[in-house]
Amino acid sequence: MTLRLTIRRRIRFTCRALALAALGLFATSMVAIRWAPNAWAADDKPRAASQAEAGSVPAAPSRRSGPASSDYGIPQVAFINEQIRAGWAAHNLTPSKEATEGEWCRRVYLDVIGRIPSVGELDAYLKDRSPNKKLTLVNRLLSDEYQEEYTRNWTAIWTNILIGRNGGMEENTLTNRDGMQKYLRDSIARNKTYDKMVHELIGATGDTAPGAAHFNGATNFLAGKLEEEGAQATAKTAQIFLGLQIQCTQCHNHPFNDWKQNRYWELNAFFRQTRALRSFVPGTDDIRAVRLINEDFAGQGNPPNPEEAEIYYELRNGLVKVAYPVFVDGSEISKSGYLEDSIRRTKLADLVVQSEYMPKVMANRMWGHFLGYGFTKPVDDLGPHNAPSHPELLDYLGKEFAKNSFDVKTLIRWIVLSEPYSLSSRGVAGNKADDPLLGEKPQFTHFYLRQMRAEELYQSLLVATAAQKAVGSYEQREKEMREWMRQFVIAFGNDEGEETTTFNGTIPQALMMMNGDLIQKAVNCEPGSFLHTVAANDNLAAGAKINYLFLAALSRGPTSSELGVANKLFTARGNDTAAALQDIWWAVLNSNQFILNH
Amino acid sequence: MSFYATPSGMTRRHFMRHLAGSAALVGPAMALTNSFAQQAGDLKRRGKSAILLWMGGGPATIDIWDLKPGAATGGEFKPVSTDISGTQISEHMPETAKIMKHLSIVRSMSTREADHNRGRYYMHTGYVPNPNIEHPSYGSVLAHELIAQRQNTLEIPPFVAVGGGSVGPGFLGMAWAPFVVGSNGEVRNLQMGIDQTRLEQRMATLKLIEGNFIKENRGLAATEHAKILGKTEALMTSKQMEAFKVNKEPKEVLERYGNSGFARGCLMARRLVETGVPFVEVDLGGWDTHNGNFNALRTKLPELDKAMSALVTDLVERGLYDDTAIIWMGEFGRTPRINGGAGRDHWARSWSVVVGGAGFARGAVVGKTNSDGTDVDSEPYSAEDLMASVCHSVGISLETTFTSRNGRPMKIANGGKVIKELFT
Repeated sequence: MTLRLTIRRRIRFTCRALALAALGLFATSMVAIRWAPNAWAADDKPRAASQAEAGSVPAAPSRRSGPASSDYGIPQVAFINEQIRAGWAAHNLTPSKEATEGEWCRRVYLDVIGRIPSVGELDAYLKDRSPNKKLTLVNRLLSDEYQEEYTRNWTAIWTNILIGRNGGMEENTLTNRDGMQKYLRDSIARNKTYDKMVHELIGATGDTAPGAAHFNGATNFLAGKLEEEGAQATAKTAQIFLGLQIQCTQCHNHPFNDWKQNRYWELNAFFRQTRALRSFVPGTDDIRAVRLINEDFAGQGNPPNPEEAEIYYELRNGLVKVAYPVFVDGSEISKSGYLEDSIRRTKLADLVVQSEYMPKVMANRMWGHFLGYGFTKPVDDLGPHNAPSHPELLDYLGKEFAKNSFDVKTLIRWIVLSEPYSLSSRGVAGNKADDPLLGEKPQFTHFYLRQMRAEELYQSLLVATAAQKAVGSYEQREKEMREWMRQFVIAFGNDEGEETTTFNGTIPQALMMMNGDLIQKAVNCEPGSFLHTVAANDNLAAGAKINYLFLAALSRGPTSSELGVANKLFTARGNDTAAALQDIWWAVLNSNQFILNH
Repeated sequence: MSFYATPSGMTRRHFMRHLAGSAALVGPAMALTNSFAQQAGDLKRRGKSAILLWMGGGPATIDIWDLKPGAATGGEFKPVSTDISGTQISEHMPETAKIMKHLSIVRSMSTREADHNRGRYYMHTGYVPNPNIEHPSYGSVLAHELIAQRQNTLEIPPFVAVGGGSVGPGFLGMAWAPFVVGSNGEVRNLQMGIDQTRLEQRMATLKLIEGNFIKENRGLAATEHAKILGKTEALMTSKQMEAFKVNKEPKEVLERYGNSGFARGCLMARRLVETGVPFVEVDLGGWDTHNGNFNALRTKLPELDKAMSALVTDLVERGLYDDTAIIWMGEFGRTPRINGGAGRDHWARSWSVVVGGAGFARGAVVGKTNSDGTDVDSEPYSAEDLMASVCHSVGISLETTFTSRNGRPMKIANGGKVIKELFT
């Protein structure tokens, strides 16, 4: 049915399907770098890491790989290995060697709990001689022992996915960041299954702010996305949980695939019973909380007809068409706008969690988190125009995730125990061509380098400097981190709350690492500090102290050339051990090897 | 028929005309490049520069540069005369109206990207977004091409973005990424607080560790990190960092530009260009006027007017203008149709940009839109054409070709053609 009507609606063009990260690491640069000439840079002959003294200092990690790749008797791991190997064969690629034990240990800590291992944790892993040591470590990281850190890590990740890095920090925002995080923390700490979490996020009603009468933190996913007839709610729900980038189809048929404009509006119709009611701090215009409610929807017809509550949208040629709630797979629900007939958002939540899309995009997202690249880029675009690198494996992982009760920790276990996750980041001649930076689809022949996220850096520095035992409640420490993170966020000047970060490997980040507060704190050598403790330990010879710092930051001991240059620092500082250790610690923390997950 | 197959504002026939036009212009373009090459000797130290005034959110150019008084789409503003005979702009741009003879308007921009992210990317790079490759933005391209003129005298980043919002270096690499500063020019974490010798010793230690990792064939991220370290070190000790200290300007200069972040950014741009920085981008956001367009512009335009006119005048007075291109643009224009909230929505089919300085004609008015502003009535120009024109204005050859990392040749400005009316 086609009507010619004038409706008050904004025409928005939101084709962000292919929105590019503003800053990337692609390069063929020709800038000559001036290495400062200096007389005392040692010859560089990397060799096996020096062995540490017995006693309080752990053994340096061996350069040998860990146990040969195994599937640990887990069929999903076996299937991953088989599929990935098939890709290598088809593309005539050779995999890199296995990562060293120290490297693997470092990356699994970073990726699972969001920080590098402490020297003690590294040592425990290196000393474990059992063939199942990887499995043992993964199980420990996923157990109650690390519950707090696991929860914090995934809360930070999901907060950024659901409301962005800046969500809830803008003036007059409807989103309550604390509320969002409280919900996520509670859900992740209890290892809520993924389908349950998604259902709650899509269907949530209640108040956004902790402490409000009907607090339900899950409401924060949608609270700030309902303006303009729920445009962001529609787009983000489709993108995050279904891997469908349908923003463009708000205003026109999709340019790259067979998505039609009606499908956007049919999905949008599910959000039309939803309203966000604001309450204010008494006597001010400051929003105290937002209450997300469902209410009867009369439709946009004139006269209103709640029995068949329709909505209108406009084609590019000006024709106006009508839409009712229909899910992306064609499933229709009642056209009624009455809540007693149909709570549209609850119905949508049901349809999302039953769909094949939801587990698939989650499997892709998690794979991308651990391997550096998903099977598609971006991970949340599984549209027909964006063919995955390993379609069969992606399908399989989605189905297996669903079959295993949507248990996120199970999915993590499969991925981190797989062969591709075990490989070194050192390239070999036979896998040069496997570089996603060249625009090729990833074949996972080696571990792709990537920079730590700002949160990971922050937490890693706390651990590396043993500062996590410092004073302050969980909330207080979270607040400090959030304040610190703010310096990196740049918001674009538009209505859609788009943002980017300067924590992206550019000069401001380098300045922060060289001179910023966090590093100043890390290299502080006052009594009671981490460095002071190392410096003042009379049981450690100078070499052992240097070794300890390398282990703490890089999960490996120094090479001979590094030891050589470090010793020269001792001389330069007139054998002031503390000062020399400050210099070494500063250099190690500023290195590519520290900031890059490798 | 899909949107993609029949882009608004550009028919197939039209598209063919574009192709024909670009071939015809290669000759003159090269001739002009040569004449710039001859001048290069005089510009040894400073060299050519460009300043991009980026209007984040997409400004309603129909209310600024190309008014439609009397049309249903005309809106609430009156046009005023400028110092270009017969050319009018918005009544809320009175200062700029007095100096339009230094600038040129292109009223026939017609693009197809009306989403913020895609439009920002397209207008900054000349390419539509592509998941497999990231293209370098204006600042990266111009910095890369103009740095040689500086003969190694520049110690601070060649591409500065004041207020953020720019697009990155793409395949040119992080060494060409924008250096983002706030409009107060404050650069955080600049001092380490230790003496220079000790700093150098720390750096030497760091570079050894850094180099070991690179030698292990770990890939691009490792080598890019080392490049940034070198640049950061140079910057930390450079006297040229004074250029960022915009608040050191005399009071009357500060007042001339106005008292806003954007004004400070424009003034900083002048200081940076004076110091030899090839490319500065100054961000002015808040143009996404879906609601209350006219009220928003009543406060926004005076801020723009004062700073932009002061910048142009200042550059002219200091003799910098002939070496400095100015580009004023956003990601798209806004709908001629005024919506129910007195706002205007995203619109790419017919809109305006403004350029000036360097090799650009002064006081030209290029192209025109139809009576209600909904279509371009003359030859339409694209982001590629604009970028080609900017490159041309600062003497960069349009034959320049980059090679992306996978070996694909990429023509500068995506093979756009020079807008010839801007060079007469």
